[in-house]
Amino acid sequence: MTMPPKPPAIGARRPRLAVHKFSSCDGCQLSLLNAGESLLALAERVDIVHFAEAGIVDEHAEADIALVEGSISTPEEQTRIQAVRSRSRWILSIGACATAGGPQALRNLGDSADWIASVYRRPDWISALPASSAIGAHVPVELELPGCPVSTEQVLAALTSLLAGAAPLTEQDKVCLECKRRGQVCVLVTKGEPCLGPVTVTGCGALCPGLGRDCYGCYGPAENPEVATLAERFGDLGLDAHAVARRFMYQQSGAQPFHRAARDWRQRARPAAPPAPGAESGAAPGPQPDGSTDSHD
Amino acid sequence: MTEQRTRRIDVPVLARVEGEGALEVTIRDGRIAHLALRIFEPPRLFERFLVGHHYSELPDLVARICGICPVAYQMSALDAIERLFAPDRQSPPARWVQRMRRLFYCGEWMQSHALHIHLLAAPDFLGFDSAPAMAARYGAELRRGLALQALGNRIISLFGARSVHPVGARAGGFRRAPSLQQAGALAAQAEQAVPAAEDLVRWTAALPLPAHPQQFNCVSLRHPAEYPMIGERIVAESGLDISVDDFEDHITEFQVPHSTALHALLEGKPYLVGPLARLNLNLDRLHPGVKALLAELDIEFPSHDMYHSIVARAVEILQALLEAREILADYAPQEPAHIDLQPRAGIARGASEAPRGLLWHRYDLDSAGIIAHARIVPPTSQNQPRIEADLADALVGVGLDEDEATLRHAGEMVIRNYDPCISCATHFLRLTLDR
Repeated sequence: MTMPPKPPAIGARRPRLAVHKFSSCDGCQLSLLNAGESLLALAERVDIVHFAEAGIVDEHAEADIALVEGSISTPEEQTRIQAVRSRSRWILSIGACATAGGPQALRNLGDSADWIASVYRRPDWISALPASSAIGAHVPVELELPGCPVSTEQVLAALTSLLAGAAPLTEQDKVCLECKRRGQVCVLVTKGEPCLGPVTVTGCGALCPGLGRDCYGCYGPAENPEVATLAERFGDLGLDAHAVARRFMYQQSGAQPFHRAARDWRQRARPAAPPAPGAESGAAPGPQPDGSTDSHD
Repeated sequence: MTEQRTRRIDVPVLARVEGEGALEVTIRDGRIAHLALRIFEPPRLFERFLVGHHYSELPDLVARICGICPVAYQMSALDAIERLFAPDRQSPPARWVQRMRRLFYCGEWMQSHALHIHLLAAPDFLGFDSAPAMAARYGAELRRGLALQALGNRIISLFGARSVHPVGARAGGFRRAPSLQQAGALAAQAEQAVPAAEDLVRWTAALPLPAHPQQFNCVSLRHPAEYPMIGERIVAESGLDISVDDFEDHITEFQVPHSTALHALLEGKPYLVGPLARLNLNLDRLHPGVKALLAELDIEFPSHDMYHSIVARAVEILQALLEAREILADYAPQEPAHIDLQPRAGIARGASEAPRGLLWHRYDLDSAGIIAHARIVPPTSQNQPRIEADLADALVGVGLDEDEATLRHAGEMVIRNYDPCISCATHFLRLTLDR
């Protein structure tokens, strides 16, 4: 990851904060709406210029810091993100949709046009891009906060740093390391669970292993993840090729290392297994969807 | 005689609703010529990409349909699966799971309703644009609401480790039972919160709410003994009383050009789901403490005034809190925290009451437990025809000659009564009956 540029220099006036929504479940905006007292405190320190869900609507307002939730999945969103970029000094992409295309990027692995045609009686009434992609695939982004969802702590820590004039810290460790710090028993080693902890960036607090279950990678790949090796290990645990592929097909399938693993293992499943009922047969995995989803480095 | 003229009112981005929506009204010669609640939230094709996944993966996938009500999506999906697999639901471990799911769901009702009342709806009735703007004058009320919201979130986290997209639910039950100590701490907080929840009910009932009684048909789940939350039967004021399995025989969905959310009709007519519908149909299932408080209010339930929805939400917060308090008070952990299931092929249908109303799921599974077909009918799709009918009626009531700002505000208030979750409603477009 490249070093983020300097935080926005804000003079005597109050800093302006905007919250923009693209294709998403609204869960990452909840990091603020669930913040309780901290939300009220934040509202006293900054001018919230646009945050539709909180009742403040001025889409065209200039902002020092723009929190962007959601992926780009329609032509309208392609245009709108450019406008947001031109009016925002700092863009923070928050959550799996904004940083990797989100769960809706699963359509990037299939034949999206076919999907839409099969789903809509009147596909001509629908406007959607063939792929769902990260904000960073369309405009430069100063900082990405991963996670499905991002937590209140992550967002408030980043905002606090920025308001203090410092570049926010980002997590680099893998979930595995977080488990060790917390003294949690390894579910992969002791229970043979197909845990994504070895390749997933932390920030969540290793919640899933904390409940004795496998991590499903909702924070996305860490730096230099050994995804192929881990996927082989899942095969050795007894997962069939489809099941291995599906480990990478939750919220982060648009992130390049997970996308590649899902695609490779689906291809591996193809000759041996019959197609899943009514499903995978139409989804030709080719090089074409791959190229359009390089969301970020 | 009125002057010939055309006015158009556009509210391009609806504030204080979840997701992306807009309202379009065309008034011609003093009458509404066109009215559309436009939903342009991009479709995320959830039902399509669930195909090929294993049923055990559902809780971690369907939660993402809605960040505000992920528990509802998990519970409807698991209800569907377990109705098909038909484990013994009367065994003590199964009953423990049902009780804990109820507690988990109480947390979501509390947080979602508290969020809606305080951050989304109350500013309308008190004359503010947003909750932060309301904070100076109504700080204590806002903080009381945020505290109830936070308590709801902590109840979800007790099982799910986090409140948005919780990770503890699984087919058959939960990943791990909370410790006695964790549950005990929350039990104390729930006990302390009861006066705040009672005050909240009184406060919402005393808000300067407009009066706008209408005719509409209420639909909700119905349980033999409890206030409805998961499963059992679907009932309507019109007399409907059906199994969850027969939903598709009575409710049809269709696509409209101005919305990426399907519209649904019951026997060809609009209907209401959500807190007011639930309350109207289940007054006899309320906790005695809630019944007692309702008796002292000036508002009569059943009510057919949508502005009483905010009161219904507060009533359900109290209901959920009183139930949560009781479940927490005699909590005992169970290991394992789930029951074992025997998968089989077939059609799985299930339903639960999301904070915004009836949420119905269907999954066609093969013998390996792989999903061949999925169908999800969220509450906002069901309410959409009702919202449009209400809007037309309400705007005429306000007076179509009123200035644009007044009409716009009135329209927004009507829409917010339904607490539409546009993010949820737009991911379900599919091939429907040709007509």
